[in-house]
Amino acid sequence: MVERDEQAPDHLRKLAERIARNVNLLATITLLLGVFFIFLTVFPEVYQRAFVISGPEVVVTDVAPIAVDEGIVNGIHVETGFIVDENWEIVRATCTACHSAKLVTQNHADREGWTKMIRWMQKTQELWDLGDNEPLILDYLAKNYAPQKKGRRARLTNIEWYDLKP
Amino acid sequence: MKKKEPTLSLLERYAIDPIEADRLVFGRESDPVTRRGFLRNAGLSAMAVVLGGSVVFAKEMPAGLLPALLLDGGDEDLLAKLGKDKGLIVLNDKPFNIETPAHLLDDEVTPVSRMFVRNNGLIPTGVDASKWTLTIDGESVERKVSFSLNDLKTKFQHHTYRLVLECGGNGRAEFDPPAEGNQWNVGAVQCAEWTGVRLRDLLEKAGVKKNAIYIGYYGTDTHLSGDPDKVVISRGVPMRKAVEDETLIAFAMNGKDIPEAHGYPLRLVIGGWPASVSGKWLKRIAVRDKVHDGPKMTGDSYKVPIESVEPGTVVPEEKLRIIESMPVKSLITYPKSGASLLPGQKLSVRGHAWAGDLAVKEMHVSIDFGTTWMKASLLPPQNRLAWQRWSAELTLPKKGYYEVWARATDSEGRSQPMVVPGWNAKGYLNNATHRIAVRVK
Repeated sequence: MVERDEQAPDHLRKLAERIARNVNLLATITLLLGVFFIFLTVFPEVYQRAFVISGPEVVVTDVAPIAVDEGIVNGIHVETGFIVDENWEIVRATCTACHSAKLVTQNHADREGWTKMIRWMQKTQELWDLGDNEPLILDYLAKNYAPQKKGRRARLTNIEWYDLKP
Repeated sequence: MKKKEPTLSLLERYAIDPIEADRLVFGRESDPVTRRGFLRNAGLSAMAVVLGGSVVFAKEMPAGLLPALLLDGGDEDLLAKLGKDKGLIVLNDKPFNIETPAHLLDDEVTPVSRMFVRNNGLIPTGVDASKWTLTIDGESVERKVSFSLNDLKTKFQHHTYRLVLECGGNGRAEFDPPAEGNQWNVGAVQCAEWTGVRLRDLLEKAGVKKNAIYIGYYGTDTHLSGDPDKVVISRGVPMRKAVEDETLIAFAMNGKDIPEAHGYPLRLVIGGWPASVSGKWLKRIAVRDKVHDGPKMTGDSYKVPIESVEPGTVVPEEKLRIIESMPVKSLITYPKSGASLLPGQKLSVRGHAWAGDLAVKEMHVSIDFGTTWMKASLLPPQNRLAWQRWSAELTLPKKGYYEVWARATDSEGRSQPMVVPGWNAKGYLNNATHRIAVRVK
């Protein structure tokens, strides 16, 4: 106990020095990162080559939190109509890069059906390889946009009654 | 007077000058030569922030292409921008796919405001009609020929026809298992009055070789991927359909220039077949020595199984056939579904009927779920391939819920089915009887 008490000031000093070194290191890293991002902004081709072309991971890392004030009402994202559920933002970022969200939300299919649509888009519409996102996207679509049984002829729905003038 | 800038909405800015709008709104400057990408990355991060993610193919994104998410004015703004009635239904805003509810199709000649829109790509911008040309080429022409828009208007005889253009996927929403694509209900159909020259007259100038089988069109719309070299859609018809009297190279619709969304300044118009054969923003027609093989002619596009299949069956491509004439069909355009009547009140119903290449021979209506059918009066078409007006006076015998069903029969005796017909994976050719709900209180 006594020994430790005597050594304490020295020990604390060393600790403080270590912290200072780490803070310096952290600041340097932050500065370097900042310079790196500015570099990417000025030379976007590097960004294109390094991330976009090298792999699909970019789509995951690119899903930024919603930056503008957007509404979610009753579990539906108002601007796009997407059902808000796990991975919906990946689906949004991926699908709406090329087409309207409405093309997704008006359709229903099982996992196999959605896979077929993705393959068709990859074959004919220049959709990229979805990589690790594909199972996540399929999970979301097959769960939230599953087929609805309609039968051979559905009943008339959403009838808005009005008085017909004679 | 100078326009007050701050009063313009984002959509208006893009409508007036998309390139300038990009610069104003996002500080985006695209490459002046290719009109693509983001020069010095100007605007990319601003746009990405607004979109809540990065633009994955920023390099390929065409200038002035309004990101779909930013159509924040909603459907009403889009309809207004395109000159459409606010009652139309936006199925898709990139590309534009807009449906007309049945009760808004009551006009004899469909006005632009009530005309469905089915686009596969993006509407071309900055069209200069004075410099527009149409080229006829392909392996089965004697010589390649080009015509300016003025040549077409001044050197050939004009013809005007009312033609039914119906999307092959009209009625897709009813298929079970569901068919992928825009979920059209009943309103992807229109009958406008088209004026132009006969394709046949132009083909004569080019000289068609004996081995000609098909024609294929090419337009100037932009692919959704932004790739300028990628053809969006290039379909066509066999020679026998191409040389019919009613097959027009049209420069006017309902007596005016063709609206932007419908093909300005030139459109191939072919009545009675899937409307996708009526190529918009027409630049070129190729006369082919084989079945045309442009995008959406091949694979499973606009094709149905040769032999009917159990719903849900996977059908290989070689067992599919290209859709030609559309089947017999009709709509009840008056009254709107949901009409409440007083006891004893007469009910006048009317609508249009059409039958692809054929005419409609008879029209029937039922108010008892198909138990009994009553013959409706039916007028002849204005010209071949136009729709026909039908009407009937009905008496609903007592209080209760009714449905009016309408059923047309074509000149070869084929009628509309009361249930959804032959299932096909892409959901084409649903010509089941149209139904409206009516009640007596």
